[in-house]
Amino acid sequence: MLADPQALMLPLSDALRAAAEAVTPCRICGNLDAADPCRICTNPERDQGLVCVVEGVADLWALERAHAHPGVYHVLGGTLSALSGTGPEELRIAPLLRRAEDDQVREVILALPATVEGASTAHYLQDRLAGAPVTVTRLAQGVPIGGSLDALDDGTLAAALRARR
Amino acid sequence: MSVEWAAPAVVLSARPYGEGGVIATVLTEAQGRHPGLVRGGGSRGQVALWQTGNLIEARWVARLADQLGALSGEMVHAAAALAMEDALSLATLAGACAVAEGALPEREAHPAIFHGLVSVIAGLARGTDTALPLLVRWEALLLADLGYGLDLESCAATGAREGLEWVSPRSGRAVSAKAGAPYADRLLRLPAFLREPDAASTPQDWLAGLRLTGFFLARDAFGLQHRPLPPARQALEARLADQLSLTHPPTHQGSPDAR
Repeated sequence: MLADPQALMLPLSDALRAAAEAVTPCRICGNLDAADPCRICTNPERDQGLVCVVEGVADLWALERAHAHPGVYHVLGGTLSALSGTGPEELRIAPLLRRAEDDQVREVILALPATVEGASTAHYLQDRLAGAPVTVTRLAQGVPIGGSLDALDDGTLAAALRARR
Repeated sequence: MSVEWAAPAVVLSARPYGEGGVIATVLTEAQGRHPGLVRGGGSRGQVALWQTGNLIEARWVARLADQLGALSGEMVHAAAALAMEDALSLATLAGACAVAEGALPEREAHPAIFHGLVSVIAGLARGTDTALPLLVRWEALLLADLGYGLDLESCAATGAREGLEWVSPRSGRAVSAKAGAPYADRLLRLPAFLREPDAASTPQDWLAGLRLTGFFLARDAFGLQHRPLPPARQALEARLADQLSLTHPPTHQGSPDAR
């Protein structure tokens, strides 16, 4: 890059500047995009009644890569954490509660990390959403595709057994 | 030459540190509350191990005894994963670990507290109706171990050893039903299971117990450090109260002794 800054370095810096100026959080879901509302929220082929709640934008992108979710998203911006002092006010919980009151929304999927903090946040959201006219669901926990049982930790195995069907 | 130990431990907390590392705090029988750096503790392979409440076989190594040192571990009982499905179980586990983390001095052995916490975690496998009375008794034991023990043997006003139904928020001593009646709105309720280990208990008793020990933990164990009761412990009390559809009682700050 240093050998040929005109060809490589300057275009890269221009691209970084353009991205920094254009990319903003979506006012609806909190996703990062050059458009506001983002392309996912404005996509007419997306199911607006199915809202998937994720911790961060990286989780949203992971679900998008998997093409597993036909609906829209809501990025919380973290999880409740007593250690780091993250309370409900620091997260995008109030906008989620407003969205859940929308007649269009029929299901909220809590796709939060399987950690103590993620699970605590999910329980908190389930409580807060209890009065909203939506179905609240959570991601299943269990054996990953391609995983063998002897390689799984005890917690995952126990969760998989409990969630058997 | 290095310093090291290996022992069964309860993970009390794990804070992200640097690229993929965590600073974990564990509680062991002989080492007490002990922190250490876990290299790669936030990685995909290790993150499940360093969840609050897990019982692990921990190993700590450092060049000098007073250094932060490096922690590693192997899972013994995945308590966090087992508690995650049930909100009250998870709140119990998180609340207990937060109290231990905040109240216990660092690197000071409190073997009874360690064994009590392990009992609470084991009790969670049998349900919160087992774990919550154990937690309340453990918190009372913690207060005693820290030098703020409650005196629940006899009535502070009459000396009676029977019919004890209250605790004075000022002295931490039990008060009999009769002597406490005029001050009932200012006293803390003493659930029977806290005096008699075999006594049956109800969710209302667990909540009364949590309010009792929570009051003294907040005032003595945490208040003297100028810190509030940990949010996770407050959340446990609030969750149980919500489940019982009860409202929080008025605060007991400044209420007079029963005597």
